[in-house]
Amino acid sequence: MKPMLVIVSVDSNSVLLGAKHFVNYLKELIGKYNLQDTVDILETGTMGVYTQGVMMAVFPDDIYYSVRSVADIEKIVTEHLLKGRPVLSLEIPKDKLKLVVEKEKIITETRIVLRNVGSIDPRNIDEYIARDGYFALNKVLSQMKPQQVLEYVKASGLRGRGGAGFPTGLKWEFTAKVQADQKYVVCNADEGEPGTFKDRLIMEGDPHSVIEAMIICGYAVGATKGYIYIRGEYYGSVENIQKAIKDAYEYGFLGKDIMGSGFNFDLTVRLGAGAYICGEETALLESIEGKSGRPRLKPPYPPTNGLFGKPTVINNVETFANVPPIILKGPDWFKSFGTAGSPGTKVYSLVGNVVRRGIVEVPMGTTVRDLIYRFGGGLVGGKDLYMIQTGGTAGTFIGTDKLDVPLDYDSFKNYGVSIGSGVILAMSDDICPVDVALNTMQFFAHESCGKCTPCREGTRLAVQILERMSRGQGKLEDLDTLKQIAYVTQEASLCGLGQSINVPLLSIVENFEKDFVEHINASSCPHNVCRFIKIQKSKTKV
Amino acid sequence: MPDLCTTGERLFKELDQYIDSIGAEPDKLISVLQKAQELFGYLSSEVQQHIAEALGIPVSQVYGVVTFYNFFSTKPKGKVQIKVCLGTACYVKGGDRVLERFLEELGTKPEEPTKDGQFSIHAVRCLGACSMAPVVLVGEKDFYGRVKPDMVPRIIDKYKEVKVQ
Repeated sequence: MKPMLVIVSVDSNSVLLGAKHFVNYLKELIGKYNLQDTVDILETGTMGVYTQGVMMAVFPDDIYYSVRSVADIEKIVTEHLLKGRPVLSLEIPKDKLKLVVEKEKIITETRIVLRNVGSIDPRNIDEYIARDGYFALNKVLSQMKPQQVLEYVKASGLRGRGGAGFPTGLKWEFTAKVQADQKYVVCNADEGEPGTFKDRLIMEGDPHSVIEAMIICGYAVGATKGYIYIRGEYYGSVENIQKAIKDAYEYGFLGKDIMGSGFNFDLTVRLGAGAYICGEETALLESIEGKSGRPRLKPPYPPTNGLFGKPTVINNVETFANVPPIILKGPDWFKSFGTAGSPGTKVYSLVGNVVRRGIVEVPMGTTVRDLIYRFGGGLVGGKDLYMIQTGGTAGTFIGTDKLDVPLDYDSFKNYGVSIGSGVILAMSDDICPVDVALNTMQFFAHESCGKCTPCREGTRLAVQILERMSRGQGKLEDLDTLKQIAYVTQEASLCGLGQSINVPLLSIVENFEKDFVEHINASSCPHNVCRFIKIQKSKTKV
Repeated sequence: MPDLCTTGERLFKELDQYIDSIGAEPDKLISVLQKAQELFGYLSSEVQQHIAEALGIPVSQVYGVVTFYNFFSTKPKGKVQIKVCLGTACYVKGGDRVLERFLEELGTKPEEPTKDGQFSIHAVRCLGACSMAPVVLVGEKDFYGRVKPDMVPRIIDKYKEVKVQ
């Protein structure tokens, strides 16, 4: 090992800021100054914090930098690496870095899913193994019967992290109980919920944790074949997962007679082709089968009749990433985090107008206020928080009165605040609820697959009404019509997409009724966002 | 310079080789279409017909799948495709203004190639880089984050000379 180590975040969000380019330049400079024998460079996933630049850390000095240009790199190399003088102007002060600094991490963040993300080289299987990787698989294959694995997962109380929160152990048990010549394990990595990018960062930062969990699941339910269905746009995830699968085959963790146990498991990657609906589990199965991703009628459910009609377990990326630690440390350890009904942690994507946009993993039951102010650092420019969307586009819009609701899988039922896929989208008062509602419904109208009428027509009708309202031509009856649309689509739609439209629509109309009424009565948008038709007329002269 | 006919034949040959390598089964349809789009740029009725025969499924099924997914296109796109994200996180950060600026600068409509065929602008939903909102994706891998409308001309300039994507 070389005396110095530089860690650089090269997750997709950092790549946007030029991370790859910076790494190449860093390597070049290290060659130029003959530092090859002193400095090691490690490219890793996200460190969980986004500043204005790419995160870079120098060890053993334990100094974190935010790098924004090649000139910054030059400074770090010539000053810090060469002369041992930290570049104070680029350093991120420790108090601003609570999420990253190891000692303080214990107080603020709890990392189960993201245990390796940002610490290991995701493209090197040995680094994963060095952090107890594939130990859980070894334990399962050498010491546990499938039934015991099921008991472990059931006892842990782990619930599906895709949004619905169905108990994972129960799902596995349904599949295990069915007799069939072939069963499948599918990983839903078609992360399409606007605002969500946690699965991408898990796959990019720690792909082996997902693979290991899928093999364990296969052993528990008696499946010998697995598919990972990844969004086509996620190039980085696809690359890292494919590399990880290749390495796992080479090391004998995949393929025939895994670790001499006689258990076989094969894993294939399938790419999505751009359809939000394919995140719905039965639509996803249709897509793997090479068809249009239209949801199936349920029941029967995938655990008994899934892929190619065979029993199939489908879990989200984050759900799978929880499994290896549960196997190694036991269900009681897992239950010591989070709330009674929803044990463990949740990975949140903090987006919108917060200062520190990024992902953060905290125990279930953390409040929205803590997420926005403690981890997100409050709002940019000290603006006032006006509206928050929790859970993704199919999640709830809430006002500041619900900031202290503890988020878990029961918070929607109890307080009307959904956890969904873990998005916290903070919006300051320069946005307009009617405009956001319109954008949201346009999304659903576009993504509705058209198979069932309530969803196809309901979304279109809602868009028409909201368009009218944003032009200043709304009527008071429109609010009742919107509520009715929400009710009908929820009750009568075929799948989760249509059934969940009522969540954003109803919550925004009910929690921000004042704004909608103002749009109907006032002569201009109270938030100065919507262009009322009068104003637009004067603009059309241009 | 190779004439068009032989280029077309070469592409079909390459597509057939790909189909052989993964196996000509109906469940491979989406993978095959992805490859075909990569090769041809878009999926003409001729290409769809060819794939249907190769996989032994009706053309109607191929057409159904092609029109279902956003990724596939039956019309030629610009050589350089610019995708502007309008997912909620990008929208509240001004993604719509970025889109408007692109259309204004290039004098075109969404999904339609510019007159010289160099660019086409597409409004998309969530590219999964929400912490960098608003986000623009040029081609398949060039991401631009925290884009402001004033940055648009510079982005366009970079790709004016790009010949093949």
